Amino acid sequence: MTKSDVAIIGAGVSGASIARTLSAYELSVTLLEKEADVSFGTSKANSGIVHGGFHHNKKYLKTRLEIRGNLMFDRLQRELDFPFKRCGILVAALKEEEMKYIDHLYSQGVENSAIGIEMCSRERMFELEPKLNPDVVGGLYAPGGGIVEPYRFVFSLVESAQKNGVELLTGFKVSRSQPSGDGFLIEAEDGRRVQANWVVNAAGLYADNVSAILGAEEFTITPRKGEYYLLDRLTRAAPTRVLFPVPTKISKGMLVIPTVEGTVLVGPTADDIEDKEDLATSAENLDKIFDSARKMIPTVSQNDVITSFAGLRPALAEGDFYIDISKKAPHLIQVAGIQSPGLTASPAIGEYVKDLLKKAGCRLTEKSEYDPFVEKVPRIRDLSHYDADTLIQKNPDYAHIVCRCEEISEAEIVEAIRRGHTTLDGVKYFTRAGMGRCQGGFCSYRIIKILVRETGMTYEQVTKRGAGSSLLVGRL
Amino acid sequence: MSKTTASKESIREMICISCPIGCHLQLFKDENDSVVVKGNRCPRGKEYGREEYFAPKRIVTATCRTDSEIFPRLAVRTDHALPKEHIDNLLSELYQMEVHLPVKRGKVILEDYAGTGVNLIASITLEGGGNEGQVRSQL
Amino acid sequence: MKELEYDVVVIGGGAAGMAAALECRKNGLQTVIVEREEHLGGILLQCIHNGFGLQEFRQELTGPEFAEEFIRQIRDSDISVLLGTTVIDLVSDATGKEVFCYSPEYGLVKFNARAVVLAMGCRERNRGNIRIPGTRPAGVYTAGLAQRLVNIEGYIPGKDVVVVGSGDIGLIMARRMTWVGSKVHAVIEIQPYPSGLTRNIVQCLNDFEIPLYLSHVVSRIEGKERVEKVEVTPLVNGIPDADKAFEIPCDTLLLSVGLIPENELSKKAGIELSPQTGGALVDSTMMTSVPGIFSCGNVLHVHDLVDYVAEEARRTGSYVASYLKGKQPQRQVRIKAGANVKYVNPGMFNPDKPDKLYLRTLIVKNNARLEVKLDNRVVKSVKKNHVQPSEMISVKFSARDVADMQPTSDSVMEVSVQ
Repeated sequence: MTKSDVAIIGAGVSGASIARTLSAYELSVTLLEKEADVSFGTSKANSGIVHGGFHHNKKYLKTRLEIRGNLMFDRLQRELDFPFKRCGILVAALKEEEMKYIDHLYSQGVENSAIGIEMCSRERMFELEPKLNPDVVGGLYAPGGGIVEPYRFVFSLVESAQKNGVELLTGFKVSRSQPSGDGFLIEAEDGRRVQANWVVNAAGLYADNVSAILGAEEFTITPRKGEYYLLDRLTRAAPTRVLFPVPTKISKGMLVIPTVEGTVLVGPTADDIEDKEDLATSAENLDKIFDSARKMIPTVSQNDVITSFAGLRPALAEGDFYIDISKKAPHLIQVAGIQSPGLTASPAIGEYVKDLLKKAGCRLTEKSEYDPFVEKVPRIRDLSHYDADTLIQKNPDYAHIVCRCEEISEAEIVEAIRRGHTTLDGVKYFTRAGMGRCQGGFCSYRIIKILVRETGMTYEQVTKRGAGSSLLVGRL
Repeated sequence: MSKTTASKESIREMICISCPIGCHLQLFKDENDSVVVKGNRCPRGKEYGREEYFAPKRIVTATCRTDSEIFPRLAVRTDHALPKEHIDNLLSELYQMEVHLPVKRGKVILEDYAGTGVNLIASITLEGGGNEGQVRSQL
Repeated sequence: MKELEYDVVVIGGGAAGMAAALECRKNGLQTVIVEREEHLGGILLQCIHNGFGLQEFRQELTGPEFAEEFIRQIRDSDISVLLGTTVIDLVSDATGKEVFCYSPEYGLVKFNARAVVLAMGCRERNRGNIRIPGTRPAGVYTAGLAQRLVNIEGYIPGKDVVVVGSGDIGLIMARRMTWVGSKVHAVIEIQPYPSGLTRNIVQCLNDFEIPLYLSHVVSRIEGKERVEKVEVTPLVNGIPDADKAFEIPCDTLLLSVGLIPENELSKKAGIELSPQTGGALVDSTMMTSVPGIFSCGNVLHVHDLVDYVAEEARRTGSYVASYLKGKQPQRQVRIKAGANVKYVNPGMFNPDKPDKLYLRTLIVKNNARLEVKLDNRVVKSVKKNHVQPSEMISVKFSARDVADMQPTSDSVMEVSVQ
């Protein structure tokens, strides 16, 4: 049984950020994740946008945390190892009557102190984004907005937390709980147990289920599905800025997003569903997404699609974040309903939860040996030929290019595995191997072989993303 | 004779694979109970039809295990078409085998399988000792 | 780091690369092959089935046997070979060509070459490219990846298989999976006719009673962690008839839905590509839009017969030699794809040295007629018993065919199929 001061349930972007923040204090912290790896829930399907602070009113907690979180990304990029670019966000109005929404967003942005926010004329819009639909009449520019690789961000937060003493338990699906002193004794489906004085419920889609298990508040998380399509990095339609249409009541709309690694995402849709495990994409939404995307960039083409995927937002009826000390269980902090702008807000969520713990009576003493930095993994694709030469001389595995579409070397894959990413998807999210245009058609067998070699797994144990997703069924 | 066969049903229909045309063959039994092939455009079709009916054979290509880590599988083939009824047993047997390198292309792995006169031979040369691929980097 | 000078660098050590390199060396050129695998042979090594070499060697060989014929010649020659090495960049300017590679042994290797032959082959079209909706479970493989896993690594990817696409790779894998003990439940083909050879339909499907569903598509993949079933929908006049959709329980989907020439490196070098083939545009000497860079094999256009690849690559090698000796064609005529023709390679014709042309039609037809016109005058007419898009057609020109031709620099040759 593991005993710790704090147990965080859920290692998505919220849980990961909270873990890292708490790792700076003299506390034993256990981070519990039900999947085989962190970021395998909603966070892996995140659109990767660091929002510009104008989409929501300041009265909402989510807005205040978004604004604060946005400002923390530059420092985080220096300390951690994830790609981030402040490329700017544009909201495009396609009709004159849409300009009143732009006005509204602009006012909100000003009220929220969104840095550099601008109302744009048609000409200014084209100056900022030449590929826009010529029908655009004007819009909004938020230079403070940007893009990240969401899973690299989460991996890095967790790595930093682990470096500073946080223990990560994966495959830990909370199934039972009973009070234990002031805290909880939590049991997983496989029998493992954690006793913690304080618990943070950051269980995303399952925050309501976990809250019920912990005997706390009743609320309902409704899965809201978003489907995306990923376009080849060579597509003509790649924009420079993140492009939003004017928002609707239910969502920020279907976007065209340049990813920080150079591909393009179109989507997401927003459909409330019932099944928290339904991640299927559909033919109907394909057309919907492309029609919408073409309204902003006419050259977007289905021919450029290399893959598609879906994610489920954990939606609460109220629409705001529910981050508070539980009224039913004073040693429980609820962190639920973290939809957009969750990723943007996550650094601030970490701080906010830390303050709530303090308010609830948890003693927080700063750790003198806290080290905010993680070791950055050299990636050969980022280097000039001559710098690559130096790297190869140090480690010849950098010259074994395993994923040729994205230029990922064996050395990077081995590093991913050594850092605990032992599924095909885990390796993929850490290195990008398999995310290129051939989608693993060339490199998958190589990654499988490296996994077997590095971990000593048998071939049946190699999975795509954990239990049940076996890749190979037999050996000849 | 043709009057008799025309009123009978074909005992077998098949597509000839001797050449890319792919004639649709129909086989009948004549009054002597001999098998007659119709629909072929050339003599090879007649031969194929009869053989396919009486004694269908196939070239089998597969792999078996080696003792090399660099090249864990050896491509093998039958040197002639093997009667179909033996294919499953041949496959079972070769999947149990382990071949010791080096192996030269053409080396007999299983001789005269099930008395058919057909051999299973290596379909590639694997030299072993790290030079399985036969060519090393040489600048 | 190493910096080396060669007359010609051949990128890719498969059938095309080896044949081109041998021809270059035969013509006295200092030649090096750069290959990313640890061995030569390319995709042939995993094509353990027979059917190769009927034209090249007048025998029916397996892929490895065919490859070995060339590997032996390379081994016995003094062609330089750099294995386990990936070409990262190709730069061409007035002074020559620079090929940058990463080699585990040497680090950065920079070749300074007078000519380059692109022979990188192709990659497979995948699920994302054809946009099959549904979940994203484990168990969806392209047929070539499954072939690699089974034939080279010795792993079985799945037990209950559905194959998408009736091209030869899909058919061969249907048989292969059956022969390793898996059950192949169906082959799903979008067209109303199978695209693979009839002999493969017989030997890979009929022999095992594997049903072939023509004019059908896989309309959804289902399964949480691993494939559990697929929904298959028939097409009526090309439109999915959702009412008649049915399910096939399975744990594996093998996609054999097309090959795409792998020209990312070519794009880096600024080489012009053809939208019809995905490969480089080449003139009658197999030279791309960048002088001194040549292209052949599957990276130029996807072939069906490796025998044609070898012929094309040898021809390319000899043109590399001519180029380096300063010999250029006196005159070349542009070739246009006429009625019912998707493309013709190469894209130009030299009446003083008339080479074989390779082309693909857009139609399926028996008793077709292939016509070559020069400035709208028929110069060659050939009867074809059967044509279909998945079977590459070759056209040879005799001295007599050419004797009557009177081309000018504005002439256009047109190839059509009726």
